[in-house]
Amino acid sequence: MSADGSELGELRRTVGQPTVADPIFTVRDCNVHYGDTHAIKDVSLDIGRGEVISLIGPSGCGKSTFLRCLNRMNDTIDIARVTGDIRLDGEDIYARKVDPVLLRARVGMVFQKPNPFPKSIYENVAYGPRIHGLARSRAELDDIVYSSLDRAGLYGEVKDRMEEPGTALSGGQQQRLCIARTISVNPEVILMDEPCSALDPIATAKIEDLMEELRENFSIAIVTHSMQQAARVSQRTAYFHLGYLVEVGETNKVFTKPLHRLTEDYVTGRIG
Amino acid sequence: MAEINRKELKSAAETRKLVESSLRSRYARERRFQAYGIAAVVASVAFVGFFFITIIAQGHTAFFQTYVKLDIDFDPVVIDPEGGREPQALSSANYQKLVKTSLEKLFPDVSGRSDKRTLNSMVSTGAIYELRDLVLADASLIGKTRSLWFPADDELDMYFKGRVDVDVDETSRRFNDKQVLWAESLREQGRIEKRFNTIFFTSGDSRDPELSGIWAAAKGSFFMLLVTIVIAFPMGVAAAIYLEEFAPKNRWVDLIEVNINNLAAVPSIIFGLLGLAVFINFFSLPRSAPLVGGLVLALMTMPTVIIASRSAIKAVPPSIREAALGLGASQVQTVTHHVLPLALPGMLTGAILGLARALGETAPLLMIGMVAFIVDIPQTPLDPSSALPVQIYLWADSPERAFVERTSAAIIVLLAFLLLMNAAAVWLRSRFERRW
Repeated sequence: MSADGSELGELRRTVGQPTVADPIFTVRDCNVHYGDTHAIKDVSLDIGRGEVISLIGPSGCGKSTFLRCLNRMNDTIDIARVTGDIRLDGEDIYARKVDPVLLRARVGMVFQKPNPFPKSIYENVAYGPRIHGLARSRAELDDIVYSSLDRAGLYGEVKDRMEEPGTALSGGQQQRLCIARTISVNPEVILMDEPCSALDPIATAKIEDLMEELRENFSIAIVTHSMQQAARVSQRTAYFHLGYLVEVGETNKVFTKPLHRLTEDYVTGRIG
Repeated sequence: MAEINRKELKSAAETRKLVESSLRSRYARERRFQAYGIAAVVASVAFVGFFFITIIAQGHTAFFQTYVKLDIDFDPVVIDPEGGREPQALSSANYQKLVKTSLEKLFPDVSGRSDKRTLNSMVSTGAIYELRDLVLADASLIGKTRSLWFPADDELDMYFKGRVDVDVDETSRRFNDKQVLWAESLREQGRIEKRFNTIFFTSGDSRDPELSGIWAAAKGSFFMLLVTIVIAFPMGVAAAIYLEEFAPKNRWVDLIEVNINNLAAVPSIIFGLLGLAVFINFFSLPRSAPLVGGLVLALMTMPTVIIASRSAIKAVPPSIREAALGLGASQVQTVTHHVLPLALPGMLTGAILGLARALGETAPLLMIGMVAFIVDIPQTPLDPSSALPVQIYLWADSPERAFVERTSAAIIVLLAFLLLMNAAAVWLRSRFERRW
């Protein structure tokens, strides 16, 4: 089922609650173009401090693109052009004086496919703190590595095999290693781009539990294709469609009483 | 729009029959396809095998050299008639006479100028220099008699290596019947020995085949490759990294890319002309020097290195780059910490294969004067020198029978180096290859 003209008109206005009282990220009128393709259209959305927000929607709706605006990963794509006002803690992250390197230290990212470096488990986690100069001594670095692994729920499984390559772990362990690597630089926000799509249900459950714990210290934005996952882990949910942010609101409301017909079609399984 | 005729579905048995009958022709096609492949492989292996067998059959004898034992009487009357033992007098003495005397003693019934000259020519002229060096090193030898081994002249050497066909009419041979008799007589007296040919591996070129060697050329090649790798590898890798990771994607960069690819296909002799014009005529670098040869070969190898390095960089999964960037690594850190280590085996493989090609290159060296008759072993990259393939080319052009086997032997040495370099490339690839 595709959107006809009148629906496109409806799409332009986001329904629900895009703003929150205590935002860490505020995004206003964000547009992204890939060459001639208009991937994100006039999206305005807040991400609250200490919340998990799910971004859902059919494939190609722009949710991953939106996520990649938040840590300027789109900069690495030559043809991508981002406009609009995106602020982290009130600071425009696309301002000229903002260094994307520093920004990415503050906004960590976990990718769809686990992508540990082809180095040892220890080195995988130690890399971030090392390049950012977070540890002044080897002991301090050890502390950061072990506590990051511990917070990612991986320490017990790997404590005797720190020198083994990170790529030798199972898929779920690799993803938790990537999470440990991300939290090792102590970011303010963690972006997760379908972190469980390559994992089995048990590994997925572990990561979902982990997100619940991580929420105490970090704000999390997660892109997911699994509506059950969105319902389980997030407090708020944003529904994207054809580059528009259609609806955003509290997760249980979006899933039980969606305001927009497209959202309803999607969450009830009629499209997507 | 075409009319669609909805036919009745075929029965299962009928479908099965059709598939079975098509299977036979499909399998036949597969077998035929495999046969073509096998034929191609067999043909290329046969050619390579034929090539190796010919070269080795021709060349292996050059690794041994016939030596002749002579009883040399260090006659003071000949060497130092004045008795002063002055180095000047000792070095200019007539050592040829010592060899002559010794040979005449062995064959007292040889008479006539022409026969005597033929007899004398059975021992290499190198004997004279060897005797001089012995006397200069130890003057107490004068007045004594010593049994010494000297390299045989190339014709005698060829005779003992079975490369002289005695059934051919004497007039069309360079080794006549008398020489055959003398050679056999020497052999009966135990004065002939075949030894490992150290001369071949330690000396430079010579007009006398038995005194010629590949060391000067090998050293020239070594210096040249050294210059090539020092210049081509870092520059090629740097260019590849810049083009792959940093350069904006615009028309200029596309143009550069196309030109690099074209450069890889430019005939090597053109690079020789360029080297002549730029390095020798403009920068006034010395002619025939391995430095210039290395620079020219570096220019020639660089496109290959760039192309190989770029594909090695491209083969690094983008997820690794994203992981590093997402963690806050700068672009240079991402490249040096992650992309480069992963791409290095591929880069090295490409560089070594490029160098192997440079090692075998002759044409550009002709243009910069490295096709020279080099007797002295080059000590620095600025000394006049030739290179292994050039030496092969020069020997292949020489009329002496003995240069035929030396040509093949030099080819064997060159091939050994090439195989060694290719093996190194394979080893590097397997040693540093990582899986992710």
